[in-house]
Amino acid sequence: MTYELSHLRALEAEGIHIMREVAAEFERPCLLFSGGKDSVVMLELAIRAFAPGPIPFAVMHVDTGHNFPEVMEFRDRRLAEAGARLVVASVQDAIDAGKVTEQTGPRASRNPLQTVSLLEGIESNGFDAVFGGARRDEEKARAKERVFSFRDDFGQWDPKAQRPELWNLYNGKHRQGEHIRVFPISNWTELDVWQYLKEEDVDIPSIYFSHKRRVFERDGMLLSESDHIELMDGEEVYEEVVRYRTIGDMTCTGAVESAASDWDEIIAEVAATRITERGATRADDRVSEAAMEDRKREGYF
Amino acid sequence: MELLRFATAGSVDDGKSTLIGRLLYDSKTIFEDQMAAVEATSKSRGDEYTNLALLTDGLRAEREQGITIDVAYRYFATPRRKFIIADTPGHTQYTRNMVTGASTADVALILVDARNGIIEQSRRHSFLASLLRIPHLVVCVNKMDLVDWSEDRFEEIKAEYRDFAMKLDVQDLTFIPVSALLGDNVVDKSENMPWYEGAPLLRHLEEVHIASDRNLIDSRFPVQYVIRPMSSDGMDYRGYAGVVSGGVFKPGDEVVVLPSGFSSRIKAIDGPQGPVAEAFSPMSVTIRLEDEIDISRGDMICRPKNQPTLGQDIDAMVCWMSETGALQPRQKLAIKHTTRWARTMVTDFQYRLDVNTLHRDEEATSLALNEIGRVSLRTTAPLFYDEYRRNRKTGSFILVDEGTNNTVAAGMILGES
Repeated sequence: MTYELSHLRALEAEGIHIMREVAAEFERPCLLFSGGKDSVVMLELAIRAFAPGPIPFAVMHVDTGHNFPEVMEFRDRRLAEAGARLVVASVQDAIDAGKVTEQTGPRASRNPLQTVSLLEGIESNGFDAVFGGARRDEEKARAKERVFSFRDDFGQWDPKAQRPELWNLYNGKHRQGEHIRVFPISNWTELDVWQYLKEEDVDIPSIYFSHKRRVFERDGMLLSESDHIELMDGEEVYEEVVRYRTIGDMTCTGAVESAASDWDEIIAEVAATRITERGATRADDRVSEAAMEDRKREGYF
Repeated sequence: MELLRFATAGSVDDGKSTLIGRLLYDSKTIFEDQMAAVEATSKSRGDEYTNLALLTDGLRAEREQGITIDVAYRYFATPRRKFIIADTPGHTQYTRNMVTGASTADVALILVDARNGIIEQSRRHSFLASLLRIPHLVVCVNKMDLVDWSEDRFEEIKAEYRDFAMKLDVQDLTFIPVSALLGDNVVDKSENMPWYEGAPLLRHLEEVHIASDRNLIDSRFPVQYVIRPMSSDGMDYRGYAGVVSGGVFKPGDEVVVLPSGFSSRIKAIDGPQGPVAEAFSPMSVTIRLEDEIDISRGDMICRPKNQPTLGQDIDAMVCWMSETGALQPRQKLAIKHTTRWARTMVTDFQYRLDVNTLHRDEEATSLALNEIGRVSLRTTAPLFYDEYRRNRKTGSFILVDEGTNNTVAAGMILGES
């Protein structure tokens, strides 16, 4: 016996430790679930952290209303299997209630409206800890965020006033109205996520695998044809063999041309790729170099 | 594939960012879009060369002011290992950041400019690395190209460093002559320094033996969470979840639970993939016992013949991190140790340590931001602890301000006071 732990087992152990710590020290935690691979890994860790008992917190979906149908089907099926309690924070509801104004035109996106629904979902449910699937390898601002990330009454992140985070001794103390965002897979890379999903044979939405889809090109990205997005002059819809590297709102999540149809092909593709997943497929991060930092300050993940 | 965490410390001038950029770039971890963004920013700022430091400077204020505010985490992997870099800035807030980045590190990377030799900052970095008990220290003598790849200069710096390191408690010390700018001895062996017979940096990081750094002798299991499903099918399940924080646990082991002192035997250990035959650090597992005894979060499961110290009066090295006030005698704070919270009070100041000279000021009666000192503490509830030098998990604690809820200190237990 060498008493060595593989990197995936070590990352898994760290994530489970973080989840149990939150379940033990907070009144009302919740886990953010989009159906994307990172939230799928979080759900998997939550199942394993408390087995054979149920997950001792709610699962919240911030729903822009512009979802891939395959992902919604997956969400409902997977959460039912896990026996998890679903809470939906709906952007459509916020629009209907006149709390936010929807953008119009072919480039309209509900992505910026998500923050409002997220913060409202947190407040109305009284959540004091919110698990997010952000990884530090995704983006430069995230690389500097703590695992336990303190948010004030407005949900804001102050990068200059982060609490020191030492050993594995997490400090979740907060006042009423404040909450902590918790990132249990902070130290995972995109490749780690895929290797873990493969090794554990975890169910994921089908659109991560290669499939035929009607798409059009915009700003160098392949967007899916859908009712939620208007075509601009010169844009033409055609059929392509694609898959998704990230899953978000349909209007700003691009597909990549790919024939990768199983775990090994996806892992080979991710290992060989030379462009980050967000740079390749997310319009929301391309707005400015500090786009993510600005959104995080406002309360986004 | 094993996980290795290492901490780097240093300032912009000694080439730390260039070294990290080189490791990421040569291991093909930097993506084209990241590189394109860095090139564009370099150009717009009027830099003469592509500034690899921009890869790690993530926040707007940092880019605008050309400084690094906080610990940044970077990731790369080779076929041998996956690496997590905790990159800490070298200027103000230095101690607080380095202690944060170093607390979980297996290896510390200290950069020395070959032209300047050992400077105050090198001493400070090394002292903190030894205080935090980072098991392996690698001194990279950088900018060897600027001293004509001189073996004599390298040996001189080595001797000077060893002389100073004698005063520290360093377990494993390695020197590597490198040029981060040109890539010599970073990933590939240098052709300019044939006299150097050791491994280049990356190979050293791939091969340094870390498995035996963990404590596999003193079995410690702080109970983190009790799993006791209320549904009819899980009615007889009662498990104690947590992270193994020392030693090895096996089904059949006789154990004792603190503070109650009740003993039992391990019936089974459940890991994330199901039952396991052995559990060791840093595995997250759930332990089931033969007997039904009352156990809750904050209790400690250990072996009857090897128990941690139980006590309320401890001596510790404390690194103070609060910006809003100094640590004062009789100050009351919250303390978190393993999975236990309690309150604590400073009962005695023994000395404040000058991190540059290691001089002990025994007259000191407070600790300001970024100062380190030895204090005595009394806690409201007993802690089950080991000396930090024996076990980093059961020998460490944090102090939290009860007014602001901020983490204000890192503590390393020396023993009973």
